[in-house]
Amino acid sequence: MKELAVHLLTALLESTRDLLPIVAVITFFQLAVLRQPIPDFLDLLMGTLLVVTGLTLFVHGLKTGLFPLGESMARDFAAKGSLSWLLLFAFALGFGATVAEPALIAVADEAAKIAANGGMIADNDAARADYAYGLRLTVAISVGVAILIGVLRIIRGWPIQYLIIGGYSGVIGMTAIAPKEIIGIAYDSGGVTTSTITVPLVTALGVGLASAIQGRNPMVDGFGLIAFASLTPIIFVMGYGMML
Amino acid sequence: MELVTTFYHALLSTLHDVLPIGIVLVGFQVLVLRRRIRNLGQIVTAFVFVLIGLALFLEGLNIALFPLGKLMANQLTAPGFLGLTDSGGAPGWTHYLWLYLFAATIGFSTTIAEPALIAVAIKANQVSGGVIGIWGLRIAVAIGVAFGIALGSFRVVTGTPLHLYIMAGYILVLIQTLYAPKSIVALAYDSGGVTTSTVTVPLVTALGLGLSTNIPGRNPLYDGFGMIAFASLFPIMAVMGYAQISEWYSHRGKGPAAGKTGG
Repeated sequence: MKELAVHLLTALLESTRDLLPIVAVITFFQLAVLRQPIPDFLDLLMGTLLVVTGLTLFVHGLKTGLFPLGESMARDFAAKGSLSWLLLFAFALGFGATVAEPALIAVADEAAKIAANGGMIADNDAARADYAYGLRLTVAISVGVAILIGVLRIIRGWPIQYLIIGGYSGVIGMTAIAPKEIIGIAYDSGGVTTSTITVPLVTALGVGLASAIQGRNPMVDGFGLIAFASLTPIIFVMGYGMML
Repeated sequence: MELVTTFYHALLSTLHDVLPIGIVLVGFQVLVLRRRIRNLGQIVTAFVFVLIGLALFLEGLNIALFPLGKLMANQLTAPGFLGLTDSGGAPGWTHYLWLYLFAATIGFSTTIAEPALIAVAIKANQVSGGVIGIWGLRIAVAIGVAFGIALGSFRVVTGTPLHLYIMAGYILVLIQTLYAPKSIVALAYDSGGVTTSTVTVPLVTALGLGLSTNIPGRNPLYDGFGMIAFASLFPIMAVMGYAQISEWYSHRGKGPAAGKTGG
């Protein structure tokens, strides 16, 4: 119990240090550049306290739960030796983690407005909702495919450079022919898919697989799943924009 | 009392986000793997920690940092502050300088606080046996984001096309990939996607929207987007650069570079 208390206290100090830069930036610009008092100082203090506590609990849970779980599942899948189940799991994890992501929902709604505004779809609620839903499914499927390809790469030991170079060449090629309105959204959707809970799980899965499979190096082969998850949505969303 | 209700809502929405992943994990564990999870109690406790922690974190951001950060992004991009007048007078470049400085520092500081990046840094540190420092990686990524957001703001101000920057950026990344140490490449690509998450996205989006709304000739619908893409691109270069500099240092016989052993 005492050990846990010491551990949490250290973690609390670390979280405070993590948060200090933002507080410093905001205070400096507010006081020195904009020359305005800080509104609701109490709220700021209270909120910062919550953020620090939350970050501390999160990082603790990360080390004792998300990482061990991801690694243990990776080991068990490697021991089971069934490639098709593993690939199905990879797809389901990517799809499930993305489909309910709030940042993605926000971007999809914004994108629907742009599409309606640009005359790509009818400007009414039903058409916009359809478009946004289609976009969300597209991104979720693309992340599922990304994790699937990424896991396959770890198992086969393909060098990541070729896949990434191929992927980004695809992105550059698609950019040249995709409708202009969709480009910004497509690029941004690559960034918003990877949420705070997905990242640790997926990273632990990749590293766990690379450690469990003989001949794979966790450093060279274990990382890279997130990279695919940020890449495929760009291609899929531009494709979605071109189909409509 | 109000705090308790809003926290409850934050907890519910976090739970809602996590539910699909939870179903996938439990489903495969029970139906496919059919193995007992080691330390089940500890893992369940840890998940409770993660959920409550994330809910508190989001709640705190919502009551303190987001409103103020968004307000500041709006103030710094307001026509009055930028020195834009109706008579078409030349905008003062010093005001833009503050704007770029704000973009860079807010990009840097939000990245340092990004929980997903902390997770990847911890893992990279473990896997590399300490060669990659937790702080070394986080600072490299944060520098990349800072540069990305500042350049992204410059793009909105000047109104140059997004895809030209992105294409040039990715071509640079491809060239750098050829020369970077092989063991860092995957991690570098990962850090591009990790940076833009809970803390960074709302503030950066506010900055992009504020800029594109206030600067004449920009359309928030088109120009407001693309900021996140910049924030995902430059960390890749920064992390590969970090590895290249570290390698160069150790080749000079100085032992591990100072940045490598941090954290």
